[in-house]
Amino acid sequence: MPDRVLELRQIEVRYGRLPAVRNLSLSLDRGEIVGLIGPNGAGKSSTLHAIMGLVPLAGGEIELHGSRLRGHPEDRARAGIGLVPEGRHIFASLTVEENLRLGLSARRSMEGVAEDRDWVRSLFPVVGEFASRTAGALSGGQQQQLAIARALIARPDVLLLDEPSLGLAPLVVETLFETLGTIRDGGVSILLVEQRGALTVRFADRTHVLSNAELRLTLTPKDAEQTGQLTAQLTAAYLS
Amino acid sequence: MTFLQSLIDGIGLGAVYAVVGVGIGLVFGVMRLVNFAYGELITAGGYTLAMLSGAPAIVAIVACFAVVVALALLQERVAFRPLRGASPATMLIATFAVSFLLQNIYLLAFGSRGSTVGTLGGLNTAIAVGTLRIRWITIVAVVVGGVLLAGLTFVLNRTMIGLQLRAAAADLQTARTLGVRANRVITWAFAISGMLAAAVAVLLTVQSPLVTPDYGVSVTIFALVGVVVGGLDRLLTASLGGFAIGFATAFAGDLLPSSGSVYLPSVVYGLVIVVLLLRPSGLFAGPRATAAERV
Repeated sequence: MPDRVLELRQIEVRYGRLPAVRNLSLSLDRGEIVGLIGPNGAGKSSTLHAIMGLVPLAGGEIELHGSRLRGHPEDRARAGIGLVPEGRHIFASLTVEENLRLGLSARRSMEGVAEDRDWVRSLFPVVGEFASRTAGALSGGQQQQLAIARALIARPDVLLLDEPSLGLAPLVVETLFETLGTIRDGGVSILLVEQRGALTVRFADRTHVLSNAELRLTLTPKDAEQTGQLTAQLTAAYLS
Repeated sequence: MTFLQSLIDGIGLGAVYAVVGVGIGLVFGVMRLVNFAYGELITAGGYTLAMLSGAPAIVAIVACFAVVVALALLQERVAFRPLRGASPATMLIATFAVSFLLQNIYLLAFGSRGSTVGTLGGLNTAIAVGTLRIRWITIVAVVVGGVLLAGLTFVLNRTMIGLQLRAAAADLQTARTLGVRANRVITWAFAISGMLAAAVAVLLTVQSPLVTPDYGVSVTIFALVGVVVGGLDRLLTASLGGFAIGFATAFAGDLLPSSGSVYLPSVVYGLVIVVLLLRPSGLFAGPRATAAERV
């Protein structure tokens, strides 16, 4: 019996009268990585924002560990949801260490902070090396590492990642995805929104393809074995 | 000697404007709200001190802080929290509404003739250094202003709530996704800003003991001008702007003939226009500050 962590049931998100997400259902078990890919405007980020409470649900419901998820973003962060937003949104004028300390705001218990800090620093050495440096002075890849470390230090059950590879060099992306695998192995469930479709399908346990606010297709790493077929499937789903 | 005297007066005035500027800047940082009702907090402190003029100074001062902080929290809870998320124009108009409402409440409660504060009146005496006259209140204002700004800097840089305030000022939404409680942080910002207003009330009532319903308005407008001149991107620049306006007021007051003192605000505002034309981001704002960040 899988340990269900997050469940979205027929959620709807609207901006005014414009639907951003329609009738979307998906689930995330403990230690699972689920990808969410699709063209721009498909509803990927809106889904993450709805989970985090940044936009209201127009319909459906979201459950965390079987309980309905509600409240402001800070309540959801404290309930165990961690968000790494698109564009990183690190606090450029604060130091790397201060950014990391902010992540502690969502912790449910201060027990084991030192161990978690060591764990995060082992995953992202830059956080320790440049602790006293202003975060704005870091490179794009380093800022992305800091943004993930800042979310992880809160010890979330679910990590929502919004296009973490955006603007990063291919080699850095490869390392980043390897680290995400290590985070998953630590028991954190990851919902990964990405533009790099083929890479995500190969990497995630399951990948949902969204287009025009609706779920069109679900793929597994097995589907990625035949590259030509995968490309055709993705193209058809993106254009649907 | 006149120059030195103006300099001393300017430091005393600037310290008060700097504290008001930081009080306004703190709330602006977190809520993007320029609280024009800040002056009414100072007035509330003035009336509290006037009502307790016969009481020991420490009792009057503690009561002043309690009343002003409570009123600041009440403003936030009743008037501004329900409007959070409204357009900046709506919020701005709400602060004017709160300001006028409180002024009229003061008018009904205390009348238009004013109430006199006797607390710490002894600080109005001056010591003579050669031909210079330095009032004790000037020295106290500078010391209190320095201590308050240093204390605030400590809180902002060394405590978790300070870190959360700085993060919320930079990007409230991201701070919330990290677990920073918006209500708690904004409440703290209003409480600290109320404490600063109370300190200003104590300092101002020594210099001008007659408290009227619009008592805090002019100092708030001058401090706001200081904030605009200094730049709102950092509290340090806001406080430096306060000092700049203090100096400008003291020197302009010295240069103007006594019959022309009524034109003092016009001269100061004229200087502000010149500064903003030359440095739209503020006199002390960093190179990255943009006009869009301004009041």
